[in-house]
Amino acid sequence: MAEYLLAALILSGGLFTFIGSLGLVRMPDFYTRLHGPTKATTLGVGSLLIASMLHFSTRESGLSFHEVLVTLFLFITAPVSAHLLSKAALHLRLPSSVRLPRLVIETEQNDGQVNRP
Amino acid sequence: MLKIALALAFALVGGAIALNLWRLITGPSALDRILALDTLYVNAIALLVLLGIHLDSALYFEAALLIAMMGFVGTVALCKYLLRGDIIE
Repeated sequence: MAEYLLAALILSGGLFTFIGSLGLVRMPDFYTRLHGPTKATTLGVGSLLIASMLHFSTRESGLSFHEVLVTLFLFITAPVSAHLLSKAALHLRLPSSVRLPRLVIETEQNDGQVNRP
Repeated sequence: MLKIALALAFALVGGAIALNLWRLITGPSALDRILALDTLYVNAIALLVLLGIHLDSALYFEAALLIAMMGFVGTVALCKYLLRGDIIE
């Protein structure tokens, strides 16, 4: 019974990891590319770490909790690095495949592109 | 059962790492490459966890923890450099 649960968790972890990287390759511009890895890989690695926790809890005597450290660390740091990446992308004015809202374009024209680096 | 799932997961994570390397090489901007490196270290953690289950040893967990910490520091440093032109101001 535990083996089936373990196999399902490992398979879903691998699948989510692959889908996240597929999104990294297939998406059209940087802002959409940011979605794939930062969401799907944390979900994939999260379920893989739960699978590892289950495996070592059933294999050895007593519960095994040290994988929680990696999970916690990844879940705290992934949004921080994604935020920094998007901030840097906005700072460098990376091209987006979607037009900016009308208000932003008008404001930029009135300001004479002050914020451009 | 577990062996088949592990083999499939190894193949999937290996394919994911290959896709990341493709984006790392052909990324149009520097930020795409940073994002590819960020994904690459998360996938390396996944590969190490899978290897720990496959070899039935808890030894690889420390390596995964180290990669998680160093990868985050690297991503933050690279972003900070692009954002401010300096890392420690």
